[in-house]
Amino acid sequence: MDNQPQSGQPSTASYISGFILSLELTLAAYILAARHILSHQQLVATIVGLAIAQLLAQLVFFLHLGRESKPRWNLAVFAFMTIVLVILVFGSLWIMYNLNYHAGPHVTDTSIIKDEGISH
Amino acid sequence: MNDSATAQLNDSKTIFGFWVYLMTDCILFASLFATFAVLHNNTYGGASTHEIVKLPYVLAQTVILLTSSFTCGLGLLAARRGDKNRVIDWFGITFLLGLAFLVLEINEFSQLVYEGNSWRASGFLSSFFTLVGTHGLHITAGLLWMVAMIIRIGRLGLNGVNIRRLTCLALFWHFLDIVWIFIFSLVYLLGVV
Repeated sequence: MDNQPQSGQPSTASYISGFILSLELTLAAYILAARHILSHQQLVATIVGLAIAQLLAQLVFFLHLGRESKPRWNLAVFAFMTIVLVILVFGSLWIMYNLNYHAGPHVTDTSIIKDEGISH
Repeated sequence: MNDSATAQLNDSKTIFGFWVYLMTDCILFASLFATFAVLHNNTYGGASTHEIVKLPYVLAQTVILLTSSFTCGLGLLAARRGDKNRVIDWFGITFLLGLAFLVLEINEFSQLVYEGNSWRASGFLSSFFTLVGTHGLHITAGLLWMVAMIIRIGRLGLNGVNIRRLTCLALFWHFLDIVWIFIFSLVYLLGVV
Protein backbone atom coordinates (compact mmCIF):
# COMPACT_ATOMS: atom_id res chain seq x y z
CA MET A 1 0.00 0.00 0.00
CA ASP A 2 1.57 3.19 -1.15
CA ASN A 3 0.91 6.26 0.86
CA GLN A 4 3.15 8.95 -0.55
CA PRO A 5 2.98 12.37 1.05
CA GLN A 6 3.33 15.40 -1.13
CA SER A 7 7.05 15.41 -0.49
CA GLY A 8 8.14 12.72 -2.94
CA GLN A 9 10.40 9.68 -2.58
CA PRO A 10 12.67 9.79 0.45
CA SER A 11 15.44 7.21 0.77
CA THR A 12 17.68 5.92 3.56
CA ALA A 13 20.61 7.63 1.85
CA SER A 14 18.88 10.98 2.23
CA TYR A 15 18.57 10.55 5.99
CA ILE A 16 22.14 9.30 6.39
CA SER A 17 23.53 12.23 4.38
CA GLY A 18 21.44 14.67 6.38
CA PHE A 19 22.52 13.15 9.66
CA ILE A 20 26.24 13.16 8.88
CA LEU A 21 26.13 16.67 7.44
CA SER A 22 24.22 17.99 10.45
CA LEU A 23 26.65 16.30 12.82
CA GLU A 24 29.61 17.87 11.04
CA LEU A 25 28.03 21.33 11.08
CA THR A 26 27.17 20.96 14.77
CA LEU A 27 30.68 19.90 15.72
CA ALA A 28 32.25 22.64 13.60
CA ALA A 29 30.18 25.33 15.33
CA TYR A 30 30.84 23.79 18.72
CA ILE A 31 34.62 23.61 18.28
CA LEU A 32 34.82 27.15 16.99
CA ALA A 33 32.85 28.44 19.96
CA ALA A 34 34.52 26.30 22.60
CA ARG A 35 38.04 27.14 21.50
CA HIS A 36 37.29 30.77 20.67
CA ILE A 37 38.81 30.43 17.23
CA LEU A 38 38.46 33.54 15.01
CA SER A 39 37.67 37.06 16.13
CA HIS A 40 34.37 37.87 17.80
CA GLN A 41 32.72 39.27 14.67
CA GLN A 42 33.88 36.38 12.51
CA LEU A 43 32.78 33.86 15.12
CA VAL A 44 29.25 35.27 15.33
CA ALA A 45 28.91 35.31 11.54
CA THR A 46 30.32 31.81 11.18
CA ILE A 47 28.13 30.26 13.88
CA VAL A 48 25.02 31.88 12.39
CA GLY A 49 26.12 30.69 8.95
CA LEU A 50 26.66 27.13 10.18
CA ALA A 51 23.21 27.17 11.83
CA ILE A 52 21.58 28.25 8.57
CA ALA A 53 23.54 25.63 6.65
CA GLN A 54 22.31 22.96 9.04
CA LEU A 55 18.76 24.29 8.72
CA LEU A 56 18.98 23.86 4.96
CA ALA A 57 20.53 20.41 5.28
CA GLN A 58 17.72 19.22 7.54
CA LEU A 59 15.03 20.88 5.43
CA VAL A 60 16.25 19.05 2.35
CA PHE A 61 17.39 15.71 3.75
CA PHE A 62 14.90 15.20 6.60
CA LEU A 63 11.90 17.22 5.51
CA HIS A 64 12.40 16.80 1.77
CA LEU A 65 11.48 20.42 1.14
CA GLY A 66 11.66 21.33 -2.52
CA ARG A 67 11.68 17.70 -3.59
CA GLU A 68 7.92 17.46 -3.89
CA SER A 69 6.23 17.37 -7.26
CA LYS A 70 4.59 20.53 -8.52
CA PRO A 71 2.65 22.46 -7.35
CA ARG A 72 5.11 22.93 -4.50
CA TRP A 73 2.74 24.14 -1.85
CA ASN A 74 4.96 23.11 1.08
CA LEU A 75 7.75 25.22 -0.32
CA ALA A 76 5.42 28.15 -1.01
CA VAL A 77 4.04 28.22 2.52
CA PHE A 78 7.56 27.89 3.89
CA ALA A 79 8.73 30.83 1.79
CA PHE A 80 5.86 32.99 3.02
CA MET A 81 6.60 32.01 6.61
CA THR A 82 10.22 33.13 6.25
CA ILE A 83 9.06 36.50 4.91
CA VAL A 84 6.83 37.00 7.97
CA LEU A 85 9.60 35.74 10.23
CA VAL A 86 12.19 38.14 8.87
CA ILE A 87 9.81 41.08 9.24
CA LEU A 88 8.97 40.03 12.79
CA VAL A 89 12.52 39.42 14.00
CA PHE A 90 14.28 42.22 12.17
CA GLY A 91 11.42 44.62 12.91
CA SER A 92 11.43 43.83 16.64
CA LEU A 93 15.17 44.21 16.92
CA TRP A 94 15.12 47.44 14.97
CA ILE A 95 12.37 48.96 17.07
CA MET A 96 13.78 47.85 20.39
CA TYR A 97 17.28 49.03 19.64
CA ASN A 98 15.98 52.31 18.31
CA LEU A 99 14.68 53.20 21.74
CA ASN A 100 17.24 54.31 24.27
CA TYR A 101 16.15 51.09 25.88
CA HIS A 102 19.45 49.87 27.17
CA ALA A 103 20.74 53.23 28.32
CA GLY A 104 19.62 52.72 31.91
CA PRO A 105 16.39 53.65 33.73
CA HIS A 106 16.91 57.39 34.12
CA VAL A 107 18.05 58.01 30.55
CA THR A 108 15.26 55.83 29.14
CA ASP A 109 12.60 57.71 31.11
CA THR A 110 14.03 61.10 30.20
CA SER A 111 14.22 60.32 26.51
CA ILE A 112 10.70 58.84 26.43
CA ILE A 113 9.33 61.89 28.26
CA LYS A 114 11.08 64.13 25.75
CA ASP A 115 9.94 62.05 22.74
CA GLU A 116 6.35 61.98 23.89
CA GLY A 117 6.29 65.67 24.79
CA ILE A 118 5.14 64.91 28.29
CA SER A 119 5.30 67.85 30.66
CA HIS A 120 5.45 67.26 34.41
CA MET B 1 -12.88 8.92 -7.47
CA ASN B 2 -12.20 5.51 -6.00
CA ASP B 3 -11.60 4.92 -2.29
CA SER B 4 -7.82 4.66 -2.47
CA ALA B 5 -7.42 7.88 -4.43
CA THR B 6 -9.80 9.68 -2.06
CA ALA B 7 -7.86 8.38 0.92
CA GLN B 8 -4.60 9.54 -0.58
CA LEU B 9 -6.02 12.96 -1.38
CA ASN B 10 -7.35 13.33 2.15
CA ASP B 11 -4.01 12.21 3.53
CA SER B 12 -2.07 14.77 1.56
CA LYS B 13 -4.51 17.48 2.66
CA THR B 14 -4.05 16.52 6.30
CA ILE B 15 -0.29 16.38 6.01
CA PHE B 16 -0.20 19.73 4.24
CA GLY B 17 -2.46 21.19 6.94
CA PHE B 18 -0.07 19.91 9.56
CA TRP B 19 2.82 21.47 7.67
CA VAL B 20 1.01 24.84 7.74
CA TYR B 21 0.57 24.46 11.49
CA LEU B 22 4.33 23.86 11.80
CA MET B 23 4.95 27.06 9.85
CA THR B 24 2.87 28.99 12.40
CA ASP B 25 4.86 27.30 15.16
CA CYS B 26 8.00 28.70 13.51
CA ILE B 27 6.52 32.17 13.87
CA LEU B 28 5.86 31.49 17.54
CA PHE B 29 9.45 30.47 18.12
CA ALA B 30 10.67 33.43 16.07
CA SER B 31 8.87 35.81 18.44
CA LEU B 32 10.45 34.04 21.43
CA PHE B 33 13.86 34.33 19.79
CA ALA B 34 13.29 38.03 19.08
CA THR B 35 12.32 38.55 22.73
CA PHE B 36 15.45 36.73 23.85
CA ALA B 37 17.55 38.85 21.49
CA VAL B 38 16.17 42.02 23.05
CA LEU B 39 16.48 40.85 26.65
CA HIS B 40 19.64 38.74 26.63
CA ASN B 41 21.74 41.49 28.19
CA ASN B 42 19.18 42.38 30.86
CA THR B 43 20.81 40.35 33.57
CA TYR B 44 19.82 42.72 36.41
CA GLY B 45 23.20 42.20 38.00
CA GLY B 46 22.69 38.45 38.02
CA ALA B 47 23.99 35.61 35.86
CA SER B 48 24.60 36.11 32.17
CA THR B 49 24.79 33.44 29.47
CA HIS B 50 28.47 33.01 30.15
CA GLU B 51 27.71 31.87 33.68
CA ILE B 52 24.88 29.51 32.95
CA VAL B 53 26.03 27.74 29.78
CA LYS B 54 27.84 24.42 30.09
CA LEU B 55 29.09 23.64 26.61
CA PRO B 56 29.82 19.91 26.74
CA TYR B 57 26.42 19.34 28.34
CA VAL B 58 24.54 21.17 25.61
CA LEU B 59 26.61 19.41 22.94
CA ALA B 60 25.41 16.10 24.36
CA GLN B 61 21.80 17.33 24.23
CA THR B 62 22.26 18.47 20.64
CA VAL B 63 23.79 15.22 19.40
CA ILE B 64 21.11 13.19 21.20
CA LEU B 65 18.27 15.18 19.64
CA LEU B 66 19.88 15.13 16.19
CA THR B 67 20.24 11.36 16.38
CA SER B 68 16.61 11.04 17.44
CA SER B 69 15.57 13.06 14.39
CA PHE B 70 17.58 10.64 12.26
CA THR B 71 16.07 7.52 13.84
CA CYS B 72 12.62 9.08 13.47
CA GLY B 73 13.26 9.38 9.73
CA LEU B 74 14.32 5.75 9.57
CA GLY B 75 11.12 4.84 11.42
CA LEU B 76 9.03 6.60 8.82
CA LEU B 77 10.88 4.81 6.01
CA ALA B 78 10.06 1.53 7.72
CA ALA B 79 6.41 2.55 7.84
CA ARG B 80 6.46 3.23 4.08
CA ARG B 81 7.84 -0.28 3.60
CA GLY B 82 5.09 -1.71 5.79
CA ASP B 83 7.60 -3.10 8.30
CA LYS B 84 5.65 -2.82 11.55
CA ASN B 85 8.35 -4.24 13.82
CA ARG B 86 11.07 -1.91 12.52
CA VAL B 87 8.69 1.02 12.94
CA ILE B 88 8.27 0.20 16.61
CA ASP B 89 12.02 -0.35 16.98
CA TRP B 90 13.01 2.96 15.42
CA PHE B 91 10.32 5.03 17.10
CA GLY B 92 11.16 3.31 20.36
CA ILE B 93 14.77 4.42 20.01
CA THR B 94 13.63 7.90 19.00
CA PHE B 95 11.50 8.05 22.14
CA LEU B 96 14.38 6.99 24.40
CA LEU B 97 16.70 9.57 22.87
CA GLY B 98 14.03 12.25 23.18
CA LEU B 99 13.45 11.30 26.78
CA ALA B 100 17.20 11.51 27.47
CA PHE B 101 17.20 14.99 25.96
CA LEU B 102 14.28 16.05 28.14
CA VAL B 103 15.87 14.62 31.29
CA LEU B 104 19.06 16.54 30.59
CA GLU B 105 17.07 19.71 30.04
CA ILE B 106 14.99 19.33 33.20
CA ASN B 107 18.20 18.67 35.09
CA GLU B 108 19.75 21.84 33.66
CA PHE B 109 16.67 23.88 34.60
CA SER B 110 16.49 22.48 38.13
CA GLN B 111 20.15 23.26 38.65
CA LEU B 112 19.63 26.84 37.51
CA VAL B 113 16.63 27.36 39.77
CA TYR B 114 18.48 25.81 42.69
CA GLU B 115 21.36 28.22 42.16
CA GLY B 116 18.93 31.13 42.26
CA ASN B 117 18.96 31.70 38.51
CA SER B 118 15.25 31.13 37.98
CA TRP B 119 13.03 32.84 35.39
CA ARG B 120 12.11 35.42 38.01
CA ALA B 121 15.65 36.65 38.48
CA SER B 122 16.02 38.82 35.38
CA GLY B 123 14.65 39.65 31.94
CA PHE B 124 17.41 37.57 30.42
CA LEU B 125 16.47 34.51 32.45
CA SER B 126 12.75 35.04 31.83
CA SER B 127 13.30 35.03 28.10
CA PHE B 128 15.75 32.13 28.30
CA PHE B 129 13.38 29.89 30.23
CA THR B 130 10.45 30.86 28.03
CA LEU B 131 12.26 30.11 24.79
CA VAL B 132 14.02 26.92 25.85
CA GLY B 133 11.08 25.85 28.03
CA THR B 134 8.58 26.21 25.19
CA HIS B 135 10.80 23.99 23.06
CA GLY B 136 10.92 21.51 25.95
CA LEU B 137 7.13 21.50 26.21
CA HIS B 138 6.90 20.73 22.50
CA ILE B 139 9.34 17.87 23.01
CA THR B 140 7.20 16.55 25.86
CA ALA B 141 4.09 16.66 23.70
CA GLY B 142 5.98 14.87 20.94
CA LEU B 143 7.09 12.15 23.32
CA LEU B 144 3.54 11.58 24.56
CA TRP B 145 2.36 11.41 20.95
CA MET B 146 5.13 8.95 20.18
CA VAL B 147 4.10 6.62 23.00
CA ALA B 148 0.51 6.74 21.77
CA MET B 149 1.60 5.95 18.20
CA ILE B 150 3.86 3.08 19.26
CA ILE B 151 1.03 1.52 21.26
CA ARG B 152 -1.46 2.10 18.45
CA ILE B 153 0.75 0.57 15.82
CA GLY B 154 1.63 -2.31 18.12
CA ARG B 155 -2.06 -3.11 18.52
CA LEU B 156 -3.59 -2.14 15.19
CA GLY B 157 -0.67 -2.48 12.77
CA LEU B 158 0.28 -0.15 9.95
CA ASN B 159 -2.75 1.19 8.12
CA GLY B 160 -3.38 4.37 6.17
CA VAL B 161 -4.48 6.35 9.22
CA ASN B 162 -1.50 5.32 11.32
CA ILE B 163 0.98 6.07 8.55
CA ARG B 164 -0.55 9.48 8.02
CA ARG B 165 -0.29 10.26 11.72
CA LEU B 166 3.23 8.90 11.85
CA THR B 167 4.12 11.22 8.96
CA CYS B 168 2.77 14.19 10.91
CA LEU B 169 4.66 13.09 14.03
CA ALA B 170 7.88 12.79 12.03
CA LEU B 171 7.40 16.27 10.58
CA PHE B 172 6.83 17.57 14.11
CA TRP B 173 9.93 15.83 15.45
CA HIS B 174 12.20 17.04 12.62
CA PHE B 175 10.85 20.56 13.13
CA LEU B 176 11.77 20.44 16.83
CA ASP B 177 15.32 19.46 16.00
CA ILE B 178 15.55 22.37 13.58
CA VAL B 179 14.36 24.81 16.25
CA TRP B 180 16.96 23.32 18.60
CA ILE B 181 19.73 24.03 16.04
CA PHE B 182 18.97 27.70 16.54
CA ILE B 183 18.66 27.48 20.31
CA PHE B 184 21.99 25.67 20.43
CA SER B 185 23.69 28.16 18.10
CA LEU B 186 22.15 31.47 19.08
CA VAL B 187 21.48 31.01 22.80
CA TYR B 188 24.24 28.67 23.95
CA LEU B 189 27.14 29.01 21.50
CA LEU B 190 26.80 32.74 20.91
CA GLY B 191 26.30 33.08 24.65
CA VAL B 192 29.87 32.12 25.33
CA VAL B 193 31.71 33.89 22.52
